[in-house]
This record gives sequence, C-alpha cells and structure tokens, in this order.
Amino acid sequence: MTTHFLSIEGLKKAYPGAHPAVFQDIHFGIDKGEFVCIIGHSGCGKTTILNVLAGLEDATAGGVIMDGREVAGPSLDRGVVFQNHALMPWMSVLANVAFAVKSRWPDWSKAKIAEHSTRYLEMVGLGHAIDKKPAELSGGMKQRVGIARAFAIEPKMLLLDEPFGALDALTRGTIQDELLKIVQATHQTVFMITHDVDEAILLADKVILMSNGPLAKIAEIVEITMPRDRTRADMHHDPQFYRIRNHLVDFLVNRSKSYAGDTAVLHDPKHPPIVRPGLNAEAPSPDAPSRATPGLKQVVNQ
Amino acid sequence: MSSRLALRAGLISLLLFLLFIGIWSVATRPVEATDHGADAEYAALMGKGVDKASGFPPPAKVGEAFVTYLSDPFYDNGPNDKGIGIQLGHSLIRVGIGFLLAVAVALPLGFAIGMSPLLFQAFNPFIQILKPISPLAWMPLALYSLKDSDISGIFVIFICSLWPMLINTAFGVASVRKDWINVARTLEVGPLRKAFQVILPAAAPTILTGMRISMGIAWLVIVAAEMLVGGTGIGYFVWNEWNNLALPNVIFAVAMIGLVGMILDQCFGVLQKLVTYRE
Repeated sequence: MTTHFLSIEGLKKAYPGAHPAVFQDIHFGIDKGEFVCIIGHSGCGKTTILNVLAGLEDATAGGVIMDGREVAGPSLDRGVVFQNHALMPWMSVLANVAFAVKSRWPDWSKAKIAEHSTRYLEMVGLGHAIDKKPAELSGGMKQRVGIARAFAIEPKMLLLDEPFGALDALTRGTIQDELLKIVQATHQTVFMITHDVDEAILLADKVILMSNGPLAKIAEIVEITMPRDRTRADMHHDPQFYRIRNHLVDFLVNRSKSYAGDTAVLHDPKHPPIVRPGLNAEAPSPDAPSRATPGLKQVVNQ
Repeated sequence: MSSRLALRAGLISLLLFLLFIGIWSVATRPVEATDHGADAEYAALMGKGVDKASGFPPPAKVGEAFVTYLSDPFYDNGPNDKGIGIQLGHSLIRVGIGFLLAVAVALPLGFAIGMSPLLFQAFNPFIQILKPISPLAWMPLALYSLKDSDISGIFVIFICSLWPMLINTAFGVASVRKDWINVARTLEVGPLRKAFQVILPAAAPTILTGMRISMGIAWLVIVAAEMLVGGTGIGYFVWNEWNNLALPNVIFAVAMIGLVGMILDQCFGVLQKLVTYRE
C-alpha cells in the first residue's frame, strides 16, 4: 500500500452513553496537491472527521497521520475555513488576516505582516475592503476573508467545512471559481465538506461518499476523471459530467440509506471501492475511450 | 426626522418639569393666605399665621440653595461646613477606589471562573450566597476589623461592586463564541495572546455591562454608607442637613446625587459603545 501525504486510519467517533458510534472504520488517504471532497447526509459525521483532522476534536479510536507525523491537537500546518467564516467582528478585515499571519510568523515586522496579508486579500478580490469591519461585508465577502486567512498562513493542508453553504448560488459560483484558481496556482492540498454535488465535481479530484449515520462508513470513493482545468462555465459540456453527477446524486438519494446495512459488509472498510463513473462508456465518449471499460461501473480495489 | 423628535421630546420634558414645579409651588404656598376667619386664633396658636421656614420648602427656597451652593462649590469652613463639590469629591474618590479594587479582583477571577467549568462550579455557591447580602450588612464587621471609617466605606463599595462584575465577566468569558476560540486554537495562539486579543475583546461588552451595573449600585450604596460612617461625602452632607432641618439643602443634595449618578452611568454608556462590536 502506498503511503499518502495524509492518511486516516480506523477512525471512529462515539459519544458517551449507549448510542452507537457516529462513524467507525474510516480509512482513506489524501495525496499532496490533491483536492478531496466529502459528501454525505447530515449526521454522518463529516464535520467531526474534519474537526479530527484539524485537531479540534478527539476521535474515539483510530488516528490521523500527516506528513509522517500523527495529528495531535490543532496546528498551523492545517488551515481551517469555518462554515460561518468565524471572523472576529471587532477586528478589521486586514487585522483578521494579520492575526493569523502574526501567529504563523511571530518575528515578522508589522509592515511585512500587513504586506503579506494584503497580498492574500487581493488574491480573493478584497484589496479595496481591507479596512472594513466584517459586519460591513456581505456573506460572500466574509467567507472570502476566511479563505484568505486560511491561505495566508500557507498551511500544508487546507480544511474547508462547507464554506459556501450559507451563500446564494451566484456568489457561491464566483467564489468557487476563485478558490479553483487559487488552488490550481498553489497546488494546495485540500479536504472539503460539501452538500453540493456540482461543487464537488468542479473542485475535487476525489469525492468520498459517506453512508448515513449512525455507524456511517465510507461507501465509495469516486474519482473525478474529468480534466483538471475544468471551469464552471463549460464543465457540463464534458460527457463525463452527467455520468459522474448522476452517480453522485443517485448515491445521495437512493443508495446512501441502504448502504449502512448489507452492502457495507461486502466491502473491506480499509479499502473502500474506488469508482470512476466518468469513464463508464454507456454512451460513446470521445474524451476517454481508451480507459473505458464495459460494465455498470469500474470497481478497483487498491 | 429624529432631530424633530428630539425637539418635541425636549419640549414635553420642559413642560413636565414646569408642571412639576407648578404643582410643588401650589402645594407649598404659605397657608396664611387662606382666610378662615373663625379659625384665625387657632391657626395662630398652631404657629401657622407667621411666615416660618418650617413645613415643606417651596421651589424658590430650594432654588436659593442651588444658587448658594453652586456659586461656591469648593469652600471649606471646617468639618461641618464644606462646599458641595468637596463633598461629592469625597464620595467619588471612595467609590472610585472601591470600584477599582473590585475591578482588580473581579476581572482576573471572573476570567478564571469563566474559562474553567470546574472553578465555575466550585465558586458558584459562594457567589450565590454572598451576592444578595446588602453591602451595608458588612459595615459592622468592616468597622470592627478595619478600625477605620474611611476604609470601611471603601470596603463596602468594593464588596457591592464586586458581584455584578464578577458574574458578568465569568459569563462573558464562558460564552465567547466557540468558533473564535477554535480559530485561535488552529492558529496555535498562546494563552496570553488568546486571553487579550480574542477572549477579552469578545467578552468586553458583557464585562462593561457588569461594570456599569456595579457603578450604579456603588453610587446608591455610597450615600447610605456615608450616612453611617459620617465625616465627609454627599451622604454625610444629606444627613447633616437633615439634622439641621435644612430641607432645601437636602433636596438640593438629592438632586446632585441624581445628577452625578446619571453622569457616571453615561460615562460607562460611552465606554460600552466603544467596545461593542456588530456581527
């Protein structure tokens, strides 16, 4: 088995009392520069997994190893973008980012911190608003500050907890594009929770599908085989797009419920099936004819 | 629009004030003006035929007291005859020292209690029992053990300002949004920097509310405390003038207590505005 940049091994979370574990036997890995999304219904423990990765919560069993070291407690190596941006309302936009930068590089001069912070704020298109207070910004702008804050500390890995969940569709699209651009430019390793199937297809290299909780498991890992330079504007012209999308939606609507039962027993939790619905040649696809194999879907065990 | 509203409200306030003064004048007008004929002798016997200073003072008399005292607020003619400014100054200094001592105890302790559920539960019974005790009930103990009336007054102010600040600080610190704490944790922010740059500003509005309540209570209590310990201060002044049966001066002092109390409260209102943040 290859060693990943980040590997999650046998993760389990149970709360005290007689309740069954929220999830158990979670194994997966993330390689350097990879963008991984996790999708699942509420209550399957996605946020808990992210919090364990961030070091904010302890797992009941299992562990996380990043870059050869076990994750124990929060660290500047992992930047977190919180669901509701979590900006400090008494600080200006610049001060919010500078607070993080100062934590990362305590020896830097004030001017250098301000310069570095401003650069990242300009990257998310907020160069004009650095002196504003978060309350004066729209929801989308606040989340951009949150993203700038996480990127500014140049972490080894970025964790995003449904960062666009509270935004309207238009704003969400714009920020997705920006995130995509930044990630492609910086080759950042990213782990992101989302509820939005299109968002996952646009951004991710791999999508982890969780079955419903309690006792949630990884049902499948879907590889997004579409070319990496996809954009929101034309990714739906790719013939792979609808195959992947249908597969994901089908899972969320139908299969995630039943997965907790018999189906889950069939696969080895240490090696959840990896599927590539995009390459499934139901219809002739000019893009990837060589790798396509017949059958409903291709299942590969590592 | 709002300035027009303020103007109209101000007009009504003025009218209410004039109405109050009017009713007061009518209620306290000299009784001799009424002509009861047959009862004149009786009235004379009762001492009501002559214009005397006894009876509730009319507004004019109180106005005179205002003019006399405010025209020279800082004179000092010995222990029983000091200007109103000096008396208020003494009270304010006592309140200030007691209040600052309470801040020095309540802020760190409140921080500790707010951060630690263990300490919170351990301290809670004591706070709950000590909080409802009238601060003046401590006075005999304070006088006995501190053996100084001035320090006892300060102690009473300290003890009455302590609780609202302590409780509000602990509550404010305990209810800082988890997200902000998590941001600080993921950024590996040190404990001191976290306390001063995250928790303190986040809890500041709640802490300031506690301080404002404390200051209000302290100003209520200082008058009563000074009536007990005597010597100087606005409370002593009220009691002294009552013993002189100089009611216009008492009314003047009461008005001053209200005025200073309002100014103190407004000051804390301004401070509160400074630390309040919009989310």
